[in-house]
Amino acid sequence: MSERVPARAGVLVAGAGEAGVRVATTLRELGYDRPIVLCGDEPHQPYQRPPLSKAFLDGKAVRADLALRTPEFFRDAGIEVRPGQRVTDVEVDDSGSGTATCEGGDTVEFDRLVLATGARPRPLPVDGGGLDGVCVLRGVDDAERLRDRLATAGRVVIVGGGYIGLEVAALASARGLATTVVEREDRLLSRVSAAPLSEFLAERHREWGVEFELAADVRELVGDGHRVHDVRLADGRLLPADLVLVGIGAVPETTLAEKLGLDVRRGIVVDAGCRTSHPGVWAVGDCTVRAHPHLPGELIGVESVQNANDQARAAAAALAGAEPPRPPVPWFWSDQRDLKLQIAGISSGYDRHVVRGTSPGADLTVLYYRGGELIAAESVNRPADFLAVKRALGKGKTIAPEPAADPATPLKELITDRA
Amino acid sequence: MPKIVFNRADGSQQIVEARPGASIMDTATRSGVPGIVAECGGAMACATCHVYVADDYLPLVGEVGEFEDEMLDDAAAERTANSRLSCQIRMTDELDGIEVTVAPEQ
Repeated sequence: MSERVPARAGVLVAGAGEAGVRVATTLRELGYDRPIVLCGDEPHQPYQRPPLSKAFLDGKAVRADLALRTPEFFRDAGIEVRPGQRVTDVEVDDSGSGTATCEGGDTVEFDRLVLATGARPRPLPVDGGGLDGVCVLRGVDDAERLRDRLATAGRVVIVGGGYIGLEVAALASARGLATTVVEREDRLLSRVSAAPLSEFLAERHREWGVEFELAADVRELVGDGHRVHDVRLADGRLLPADLVLVGIGAVPETTLAEKLGLDVRRGIVVDAGCRTSHPGVWAVGDCTVRAHPHLPGELIGVESVQNANDQARAAAAALAGAEPPRPPVPWFWSDQRDLKLQIAGISSGYDRHVVRGTSPGADLTVLYYRGGELIAAESVNRPADFLAVKRALGKGKTIAPEPAADPATPLKELITDRA
Repeated sequence: MPKIVFNRADGSQQIVEARPGASIMDTATRSGVPGIVAECGGAMACATCHVYVADDYLPLVGEVGEFEDEMLDDAAAERTANSRLSCQIRMTDELDGIEVTVAPEQ
């Protein structure tokens, strides 16, 4: 039984995922010496999520391989981790200090609050979502259920042609399972990537035997009252399925932020330093949205490990009174069988693109430009291109588009100052 | 358990016990060895776990893979004959005592 005397934290981090843990560890690296408390929702020690849809789902990694840090590390660093103690209520005064109540009833008093509450799977708004055999993939428990289901499944329907959906489709089809991806838009990855990459991936997945239903809506999940056996599309067709994965994105978890009256527009609105609309409250990771780098007036959420880490570093620097870190370059990766995708920058808003690659279907880099300047690149199996673009963007430089089309010329030799 | 000796960028040493089968990168990040950023968690996607393996151990850690080779060419710090991505070296009892120097930039 835990004690009921309120704990006192210099910084309370609500959420113990990648972003929350990085706030705590960065604070210590910066010499912050007050108590840090990290409250997590799930009853597990903090773990990495990217392998959940990759090595863990494939049985090549186990829970022990996922740990973000050892318990000894947290103990030695003086970071108190409270798994299974989601913050359910919080009050904050004008200075930023306040009191949080955790699941189970414990309270924590704090001087500063960081919201790292993450996101939850977007529910599919149709009947049948509660049927046995319908899965989501967000946490390790979800991944374990899906892994066990895949072992006995015959026909898999994946709703959503995003990264999660494609990673699972790559794995399911490799096991010889009949695999169909249903995507509402007319191309894959429409929310996060540009068209050339979508087409490249669709082509490869088709070679692997994955079928696509593009521009298709799901009307309902059909079952026998207990188990799912079909997915009905809006045009009435039935896709047989004994396993349905719903991977249609994530909804930022903003309950606490709303309770605090923070500016919430889909996600918690933060600035480059991860300050919320309350000067004493910070927010980091998947629960946040911020100004788009290229599209004025738009807010974006960037759901990636890189973003979680970089936002956490920015918030920790502010909390510790340290210099803000250099503006980060957004980057992302995905593994789909023999394809390694690496993406640097944010391509949305591009007005020109350049494609380079040596053999169709084997490798590809697409460079994206806006107003003549490089803004992003998406690479498949071309790691040197990815690293060159990431470096150029990090230094505020560009790569001339015409010579970049020749795949034999290393991009790192083409990095130049912006006009 | 086999041990890894990390030479840190500040000149100090940190000795960490590794679970056999875990990579050098895994072992470093979980124990908070400074300078091993390893943002991709071992997916060979970021080249931020660059280390220099001590000469004595170099013959024991296997060959640089094709993808790793390309990543190392463009890693932030200078590549030498001792350069490896530490996510690609799995610990075995044979590697007990392996000494690696953390690259100054990741």
